[in-house]
Amino acid sequence: MATTPPIDAAPTRRRLAQQRNVGSIRATSALLRALTYALLVALACFFLLPWVWMISTSLKNPSELMLSPPVWIPKPVRWDNYLTAFSQAQFGTYILNTAQITLISVVGAVLSNTFIAYGFARVHWPGRNVVFGLVLATLMLPSFVTFIPLYITFRHLGWLNTYLPLTVPTFLGNAFYIFLLRQFLLRIPEELSDAARVDGASELRIFAQVVIPLMKPALAVVALFQFIGSWNDYFGPLIYINDQARFTISLGIANMQSSYGFSNAAWVMAATTMSTLPIVILFFFAQRTFIEGITMSGIKG
Amino acid sequence: MASASHSAAPARATRRMSRRQQRSLLTGLFFISPWIVGFVAFQLYPFLASFYYSFTFYPILDAPRFIGLANYQNLVTDARFLTALGNSAYFAFIAVPLGSIVGVLLALLLNTKIRGVSIFRTIFFLPSITPVVASAIVWLWMFNPRAGIVNYVLSLIGIRGPGWLGSPEWSKPALIIISIWGVGNAVLIYLAALQDVPPELTEAAQIDGANRAQQLWNITVPMISPVILFNVVTGLIGAFQYFTEVHVMTGGNGRPADSTLMLSIYLWQSAFQYFKIGYASAQAWVLFLIVIAFTIALFRFAGRFVYYGGK
Repeated sequence: MATTPPIDAAPTRRRLAQQRNVGSIRATSALLRALTYALLVALACFFLLPWVWMISTSLKNPSELMLSPPVWIPKPVRWDNYLTAFSQAQFGTYILNTAQITLISVVGAVLSNTFIAYGFARVHWPGRNVVFGLVLATLMLPSFVTFIPLYITFRHLGWLNTYLPLTVPTFLGNAFYIFLLRQFLLRIPEELSDAARVDGASELRIFAQVVIPLMKPALAVVALFQFIGSWNDYFGPLIYINDQARFTISLGIANMQSSYGFSNAAWVMAATTMSTLPIVILFFFAQRTFIEGITMSGIKG
Repeated sequence: MASASHSAAPARATRRMSRRQQRSLLTGLFFISPWIVGFVAFQLYPFLASFYYSFTFYPILDAPRFIGLANYQNLVTDARFLTALGNSAYFAFIAVPLGSIVGVLLALLLNTKIRGVSIFRTIFFLPSITPVVASAIVWLWMFNPRAGIVNYVLSLIGIRGPGWLGSPEWSKPALIIISIWGVGNAVLIYLAALQDVPPELTEAAQIDGANRAQQLWNITVPMISPVILFNVVTGLIGAFQYFTEVHVMTGGNGRPADSTLMLSIYLWQSAFQYFKIGYASAQAWVLFLIVIAFTIALFRFAGRFVYYGGK
């Protein structure tokens, strides 16, 4: 371990302490390393267990479901459980429905929040900071305070059983994404916009041609978070969608679980496994964006 | 900027904006206009409306009728509401501190220079983005008292596992274990905070003869304390709104014996099963006030222990 030379008072005390430690440090760090590994592996087992269990169960025969000790590798492996999910329930429809909502929401979130964040970061208008304070304050507003009147409003509008309550709000901004994008925008040098302004470009043109291309990493974060949010959402579809043909995956597999969960658990688990697949794939392709996004949101908050 | 224009043209400028300012105001409002619409329609209006509904008798199909404080008075004597309040508090006050400890511990383990860190990071993080419904279904099976893997693992070390989600005493601990599984998001935030701690600080302490535990407790933890506070506050707000797992695993009824009846579940039942919109709105407001009170209290209380000098 690199040590800085002692420059201030009491150098002898430090050197003595250092000498005393040198021998034991090597032994402790080897022990510490072994301990760290042991702990990490033990914890990793806990975090991995549900995945292994899910995949294993999704491939089981009905007779193997209730066995104890559990069967890890089913005999024979029932790949057809994955097809049963499509034939027994409208799983294909659920996937298409969810994909539709997710895609529209991602477009909505990226478009609207980029636009809004630009107004807060790059246009200097009187009262801007006060209004931005209001945006931040809405982060504290829990959704359960607003969902009942919203439900009633959507009911009056005839939007129940449509995807409008789930998608339209994404086109009207989200405080968290506005915050994230504004922070990012503040770090892009203003001189770039000024140069375009001198050339007589309108604000809208500067926004579209100068700033947006520079925002790609932050936009990827918003797209990713919104994808996860919409794909995984349960509460929204639960209260707004009743018609089974319009169910999302989350709603669909929850429904499969309550109707067939204990008689046909294997193919319900196959459907469950498939519901996690897009998220897992997305993670492996966009791991860096994920980590950057979470770091951005956590530290700066 | 505001003060600069003040001193330049004292009397007029405060009342009338310059043409340039007017232009920039219009441009600014143009850009944020989607937010203004969304804020008024989806936040401000419902916020005020739910406050009003909380003072009404409103069986969804009829118009709301003002009944004063009756909903709030009923809540105080409603045994199920008090049960839900207790359950939510039980869950929040155990799951959140425990989650913080596990989260910091995992981040510390990942912040060492050992091989395979990125694999472990993936393993810990992935559960926090998997669909909650999926994890609820999987855990429901894992906690199955007869054929579940949890009790099988316990039996290997000679423990006869409890009924978990089927037992009123063990259902909440089961939910807490599930919530710990989803701690990965916080781990990444802690990890980033740990990497921001200047290594000179721990090195200096090491030279002064501080052992690892002392370095951890006196330097690392205080340095990341603002991030811990942030995660505890957001965790607590989330815990009081905890809904999906319970709804999926119990079909929305909070069984067994109302032991998993959370505030959010009872709120949902009141609104969508009993159609008592006014009563549900009053619950929403009580829940809102609880969350606000805890947030303020945490910032006040923890403010003394949190070290902001690093930033």
